[in-house]
Amino acid sequence: MISNLAWIFFSTLLINNFTLAMFLGLCPFFGVTSKVDTGWRLGVANTFVLVIVSVSAWALNTYVLTNAPYLRTIAFIVVIASMVQIVEMIIKKSLPTLFRELGIYLPLITTNCAILGLALFQTTRKYSLLEGIFFAFGAGLGLTLALSLMASIRERMDLADVPVVAKRMGLVMVIASCLSMAFMGFAGMGSG
Amino acid sequence: MTTDIATAAEAAEPIVPGAPPPQPLRLDFWRGIADDNPVMIQMLGLCPAMAVSNSLENGIGMSAAVIFVLFCSSLLVSSLRKIIPGEVRLASYILIIATFVTISDLVMQAYFPLLSRTLGPFVPLIVVNCIILGRAEAFAGKVKPMRAAADALGMGLGFTLALCTISAFREIVGNGTLLGFHLFGPHYEPWVFMIMPPGGFLTMGLMFLVMGWWGERKKAKLTEVAA
Repeated sequence: MISNLAWIFFSTLLINNFTLAMFLGLCPFFGVTSKVDTGWRLGVANTFVLVIVSVSAWALNTYVLTNAPYLRTIAFIVVIASMVQIVEMIIKKSLPTLFRELGIYLPLITTNCAILGLALFQTTRKYSLLEGIFFAFGAGLGLTLALSLMASIRERMDLADVPVVAKRMGLVMVIASCLSMAFMGFAGMGSG
Repeated sequence: MTTDIATAAEAAEPIVPGAPPPQPLRLDFWRGIADDNPVMIQMLGLCPAMAVSNSLENGIGMSAAVIFVLFCSSLLVSSLRKIIPGEVRLASYILIIATFVTISDLVMQAYFPLLSRTLGPFVPLIVVNCIILGRAEAFAGKVKPMRAAADALGMGLGFTLALCTISAFREIVGNGTLLGFHLFGPHYEPWVFMIMPPGGFLTMGLMFLVMGWWGERKKAKLTEVAA
């Protein structure tokens, strides 16, 4: 039981990292990783939403959608949109400073593929409530890790003398490729 | 011809605040394929462009689904633009998009079960593809259905063009095949790296580098002519 949960957590965090191995949540990965602080905070906000969505998706699957699996996509997206709205209101009320720092990125979490992707993967793999929560934590921390790594590299890149041709996205993509290659090294953990 | 290019360039800028300025349908259509290509220029919808681009077959299946969803949802959003209240427009757009995504997912499961299994959750994930919501918000919700349809077709074909280029390159290099046919004979050692996740980032990076080089060359030529 414990080893199964630990396996789900670490495999999502490192081996099947949502951003670097499954290409989910690439928009924030390329869009908001120019500063380490923002990247880091966005990762934490995403983790929070991921866990809530994982629990609600489990509840939807178990109690509501048992007779209507074809409504899954629509139901998930509506729940995600309202959850993000609720989280936004709670943060605005209780943590106004964090709310101002996150700004536009908070509502944009709705259209982050990682969130809907988590709900869908969790459904196809038939995870239980507890497994789902560990899955969500792993995914969220993996996202945070990827965002902060990328942001740190890009902060250094600003100071480097880069050829004009690679100034925009080209070099960032190649760096992402190297990061993703590094994460492939974790695949060896699976056999052990 | 030169005036056409000028209007297109002007039209590309002030899309968000108000309605896009009137221009011929032909330009609405072409903008998505070339000047405003969703993947290569606007860098939207990168997730599917990399996740399902390890073989041309997947790329074509994904593009077909995206064109269908983009076309139908743009048409419906544009037809309902006077009925949907401004405050709840994003939620309504998402619901419209999710409906068409569900339709395409079910059709794919029924008629192409194998493709549906390989693409997996990436078909339902079209709901959160930024291209579709972006077009609904920036274009389709503000213009007549004819223009929205032309724009959706152009954007859809632009996405197809990018996705098919990337997936064909990755399949040829990474597997030595194209649509399952072997191209180089039995002695070709496939560069497996390219069909794995890092290969997706690398292909995208190479594409942006080539485009950057192309843009710089064009700019240099223009300044040469001016001087």
